Amino acid sequence: MLSGWLTVYDRGQNSQGGQDLKRREFVATAATAATSAGCGARLAAGHRFFTKDEARAIDAWTECLIPADDLPGASQAQVVRYIDLQLTRRFKKLQEPYRRAAEAIDRTAMKAHQKAFAEITIERQTDILKEIEAGNGDKAIWGQDGGKAAFEMVLNHTMQGFFGNPRHGGNRDFASAKLVGVAPVQSRGRLHYSFKENS
Amino acid sequence: MALDKVDAVIVGAGAAGPIIAKELAVAGYHVVLLERGKFYQPSDCRKDDLYNQRTTILGNAFGPDNEGEPRVSVDAKGNERVILPWEGGYNNNAACVGGGTLSYGAMAWRYHPFDFQMRTRYGAIKDSTLDDWPLSYDDLEPYYEQAEWEIGVSGDDSNNPFKGPRKRPLPMPPVGPPSKEHRLLDTAARKLGLHPFDIPMLRNSVPYNGRPACMRCRWCVGFACEVDAKCGTQNTVLRTALKTGNLELRTECMTREVVVDDTGRATGVKYYDENGRLQEQPAKLVVVSCGANESARLLLNSKSKLFPQGLGNRYDWVGRNLQGHNYTGAFGLFEEDMYDDLGPGASIAICDYNHGNPGLAGGAMLANEFIRLPIQAFGIRPPETPRWGKPFKDYFRRNYRRIVAVQGPTQEIPVWEARVQLDPKVKDKWGIPVLRMSGYRHQHTVEIGEAMSFKAEEWLKAAGAVRTWRKVGGRGLSGGQHQAGTVRMGKDSKTSAVDAYGRVHDSDNVYVMDASVHVTNGGFNPVLTIMALAYRAGEHLVKRMKGGVA
Repeated sequence: MLSGWLTVYDRGQNSQGGQDLKRREFVATAATAATSAGCGARLAAGHRFFTKDEARAIDAWTECLIPADDLPGASQAQVVRYIDLQLTRRFKKLQEPYRRAAEAIDRTAMKAHQKAFAEITIERQTDILKEIEAGNGDKAIWGQDGGKAAFEMVLNHTMQGFFGNPRHGGNRDFASAKLVGVAPVQSRGRLHYSFKENS
Repeated sequence: MALDKVDAVIVGAGAAGPIIAKELAVAGYHVVLLERGKFYQPSDCRKDDLYNQRTTILGNAFGPDNEGEPRVSVDAKGNERVILPWEGGYNNNAACVGGGTLSYGAMAWRYHPFDFQMRTRYGAIKDSTLDDWPLSYDDLEPYYEQAEWEIGVSGDDSNNPFKGPRKRPLPMPPVGPPSKEHRLLDTAARKLGLHPFDIPMLRNSVPYNGRPACMRCRWCVGFACEVDAKCGTQNTVLRTALKTGNLELRTECMTREVVVDDTGRATGVKYYDENGRLQEQPAKLVVVSCGANESARLLLNSKSKLFPQGLGNRYDWVGRNLQGHNYTGAFGLFEEDMYDDLGPGASIAICDYNHGNPGLAGGAMLANEFIRLPIQAFGIRPPETPRWGKPFKDYFRRNYRRIVAVQGPTQEIPVWEARVQLDPKVKDKWGIPVLRMSGYRHQHTVEIGEAMSFKAEEWLKAAGAVRTWRKVGGRGLSGGQHQAGTVRMGKDSKTSAVDAYGRVHDSDNVYVMDASVHVTNGGFNPVLTIMALAYRAGEHLVKRMKGGVA
């Protein structure tokens, strides 16, 4: 099921020259990760850039920005997968900022509550995010801007991964469609030769 | 070794190049059209909300790519930084066959007659190079008509009393039926004593030119049309030109310089072909048609004995007066759903405020906006609303379908210091010096925008918006997809770079034809004016060729 889903949504990238997915390799990695129990409970697939702990922290961060209610939140939409994927493609320059942000959010939670960010309540998560949004994060942990830049970065990418086309790794099964209240349209009329390549 | 000499080489297959190519090819002249980008087809539509020409979060779908084509941006404090094509300040326009016309929203405006006479209308403005065009609306009228009929425009401006006189109606009716927001805005405008009408668009509303009608999807501006209903140069004049057998289109070819002899005459161009090999294409005639940024760059990179500072740049007019449009307007939140998924979204406009605003040198056409996809709508909220968390989610769920936008391309007051030059250090992947962009918008441009935003707000309120908020641009450097002004046309070779047909002053056989030549950029989307100017120049060039230009 996993590989089938990847096949559908990753085709769009294959045609973009130099962005070849190496699908088999990825599926193999994902399978290994899954069998070695390397994935957090809420993560459905392996990652290309994030370590297990980083993925868990960023996943919790995005979920706090768009929490699930009766409709899916960022976690179910696999926003972290979107970010992870782009960090190996278009957002390569943001790899280090993400490493630092994931570490900083866990350190902040650890300092205040002796638990990783993903382990504390959403109320406590929200309080931490409000602090760094305002630039009031611990400068020893977040640097001179108190976490402001990291907050904006994750916020923007969360929206992209939640609302953007599933072919980029997020918005799984058009998770945001009900929130928007407009039916998604399956992508048509695009680069048919890439379908041939994969079939 | 140089290639075989042709009658004309045209650099750039955007809004203007293919029109001139068609005029010459149909008249029997052998033309080579060089384009740095690729030739995309309707099946390249992709419907990718993160990766298109409008929302470039993951890049420009139709070029240029992020790699190898940087520019340098200099801010007001003199800080410079290298800027990439997917970043806002790059001032990008699509690099592909058809240029911007492949993926545009396709509004097809004729400029107002006063737009050609800004200096006469409004007098000199301090710190501005505001001037009249060397031609009038009447000079251009037949060519506007030619563009409307040959390339194809739908719409109905019969209820627009502010337009310049037209001899012939538009060839196609408006795209119909009207959306809900169109109907409400129509009623509201009439209530306010305004004159709403259906926006002219380079878009088939009925089958035309062998292509089908708009299917009204939500993926319009920024995307190639899936059913080929939008009318660009790539699916109209270019096809006609290719059919003659007289046009050779070479894609993925990057022109380095126009080769100019000691007398100022061009002998051809040098370009890098799709394999990166340097080629020389000799020609009797050279037409530069790369958009306001890249045309200026090519001229500046073409140095010769007569033009040591770049072709046409004897008096420092090349690269100056960069303009675009300061998009200003307002958003309105309604108490009920307004979204009915009827694309393209933009459909109704008023021209009541283009001119005649007390104390203002111009104004803007105001229109409703293209459908905002959810990722675009994230940034469109009343300032006090939450950006994240459950409150944001609740807000977005309730209101995504309830927001209407009205905005317009505000007339810009040209500024000498708003300019592009060659950067002394940074080069692109071909080793060609890149552009260095610096300068600012005129204060009065912002003032006009401010006034227009209040008008937009008033219209939305009359339509029933319960909460409105305005959008006014700042003084940052202009340009963008409506880039214009960098190779100004004029009668005097000391205060302009080209004449009214786009011929470079003091050079016999080099023409510049795109929005670079615009003296001012009107309060409208510029593409139909670019096309009309190209038809006019094309006709002139055919006459010259018949007279034996070489």
